Amino acid sequence: MTEALEILFTASFWVAAIRIASPLIFATMGELICERAGVLNLGIEGIMTVGAFAGWFTVYSGGDLWTGVLIAALAGAAFGFLHATLTVPLGLSQHVVGIGITLLATSLTYFTYRLALPEVTSPPKIEPFATLPIPGLARIPIIGEALFSQTPLTYLAFVSVVLVAWVLYKTPLGLAIRAAGENPSAVEAQGISVTAIRMGAVMAGSALMAVGGAFLTMSAFNSFFFNMINGRGWICIALVVFGSWRPGKALIGAILFAAFDAYQVRLQQLSGGVVPYQVFLMLPYILSILALVLVARRATYPKALMIPYQKGER
Amino acid sequence: MRLEPKPAPSLGILLLYPLAAVAATVVIASLLVLAAGASPFSVFYLVAKGAAGSQFALMETLSRATPLIFTGLAVAVAFRAKLWNIGAEAQLYMGGVMTVVLGTGLLPLPSYLLIPIIMVAVMAAGALLLLGPAVLKTRFGVDEVVTTLLLNFIVLLFVSMLLEGVLKDPMGLGWPQSQKLIAEARLPRIVTGRRLHYGFVIAVVAAVAMWVVMKKTTLGYEMRAVGHNPEGARFLGIPVNRVLMKTALLSGGLAALAGFSEVAGLKGNLTLDLSPGFGYTGIVVAMLAVLNPLGVVASAIFVAGVFVGADAMSRSAGVPSYIADVMVATSLLTMVTAMLLVRYRVRWK
Repeated sequence: MTEALEILFTASFWVAAIRIASPLIFATMGELICERAGVLNLGIEGIMTVGAFAGWFTVYSGGDLWTGVLIAALAGAAFGFLHATLTVPLGLSQHVVGIGITLLATSLTYFTYRLALPEVTSPPKIEPFATLPIPGLARIPIIGEALFSQTPLTYLAFVSVVLVAWVLYKTPLGLAIRAAGENPSAVEAQGISVTAIRMGAVMAGSALMAVGGAFLTMSAFNSFFFNMINGRGWICIALVVFGSWRPGKALIGAILFAAFDAYQVRLQQLSGGVVPYQVFLMLPYILSILALVLVARRATYPKALMIPYQKGER
Repeated sequence: MRLEPKPAPSLGILLLYPLAAVAATVVIASLLVLAAGASPFSVFYLVAKGAAGSQFALMETLSRATPLIFTGLAVAVAFRAKLWNIGAEAQLYMGGVMTVVLGTGLLPLPSYLLIPIIMVAVMAAGALLLLGPAVLKTRFGVDEVVTTLLLNFIVLLFVSMLLEGVLKDPMGLGWPQSQKLIAEARLPRIVTGRRLHYGFVIAVVAAVAMWVVMKKTTLGYEMRAVGHNPEGARFLGIPVNRVLMKTALLSGGLAALAGFSEVAGLKGNLTLDLSPGFGYTGIVVAMLAVLNPLGVVASAIFVAGVFVGADAMSRSAGVPSYIADVMVATSLLTMVTAMLLVRYRVRWK
């Protein structure tokens, strides 16, 4: 039993937790922007798949790592544009379009992968982002190692939280985004186009989701394989609700979730096969559902979430 | 840009727009075929030939359509009441589990008793699985999209645990698979030597039954009312939550039958690759059928044809068979757009 507790005080555990959290942080911020503007983006799972492939394939074809991240973001934004076009001006069901985008993005990725590498059985690896310890800070025991001895993409994940929070709460643009999700006719009354705000938010959010996917191939597994997103997108949707649509709270949710995920892997090793390993793998998904049940009652979701806006309508 | 309602569309318009959606899908798929360095004409010819070019091909397509009819019906029924069941995949696997639990020798009964008993148990298993998210939705306000999606992963791990544990076939050479069903639990083949089985007949009967439920019964009326406008339905005195529960039971039960029919009709045992995403494809099937239960049969056969045809094509033409998945996803998006444009005119200004 003490062994199970001791895990929590090892640096390697927290390093792993922050690493597992990083893709979730990107994608959760992406989903949060979309939902704050009033659009539920169920394309997230597929957009992360596209990002994972685009980033990896860019580097595999000889591009450098940051170009890979950029290409992933652009690919994500392109699918975001498609999602936004169908759900915002055309006002189609966000559930149906979102699932459609996930199916399309995933299948297009798999098609392209098979086309580019027809004969490959074991997916080729790339040289990923190297860890970049921040001088001084990285030497603080446990916390320093966990937070400041990571790859640049992890730092970027934390920067994205600060950026999203700053834009949402400190800039006129953020005010317009939040208002588009709460009371769109008030935005229109200010002479700002709700359509433009929502479409922009979905594209920016989708770009972040794709970078989250790219983290997996460029900073974690170093190669692309089928089903690698494995429900992470859906978990991010739960994390947005858990974080009551606030970047800071969602960040804490993502880290807690990742810590739990890292913990179950270690417990699995400790249990020595007495409990089937599938039980441990199930726990993160079950935890997500429990978290939703806990917060759902007092969740204050954006009032215009999932409600299409038509100019001139009340 | 804004949308303006159109007057009621004529039959010509009603047929023209969906055809345009199919045409758009074909154009997009053609671009991918060209990217793969093949000729769209020969590829589509091979797809059509592989899907319907012979008795064998046609039976293969109908066989593949069978689980899609069940999952398509499950989604159509649920979406009609705006219960977003994205968990048909999990319910399908629960159906498969229930089939092998009862059908591998536990109940030594003749077929005419055993198969109905298994079907009832299978439907109950799937229904209960969707009841969870439905209760969380109505009692706690938890969005069922996320819970049903997450349950897909939980159930697949659960099945994997069973197949490596209590349900593992001792004679399976270590593979994670269940024992074979006893002969009495198997659905017979319609034509000897072909894979098409009586699951297809059950699926079509289920579609007709669902059509009757949706169009001719009070429950169907209530489901449509709840889906159209829950507040209004409540105002009319319709017990909205109870209707959502009944919808969940029906939808979960239908999806589970897909698992039963695959195990009892086709595979004979349960493995982890029972479904290559039939639950998710069911969403496309239902939307292509505009949620009409009879339309589900037609759209399931169409979607199955695309998959079966693309498999055959990819063996001979070298275009990855994922083109079928792309076409199916694209047709979903073009079709919902087309159905919108039937009812509304886009005004640019």
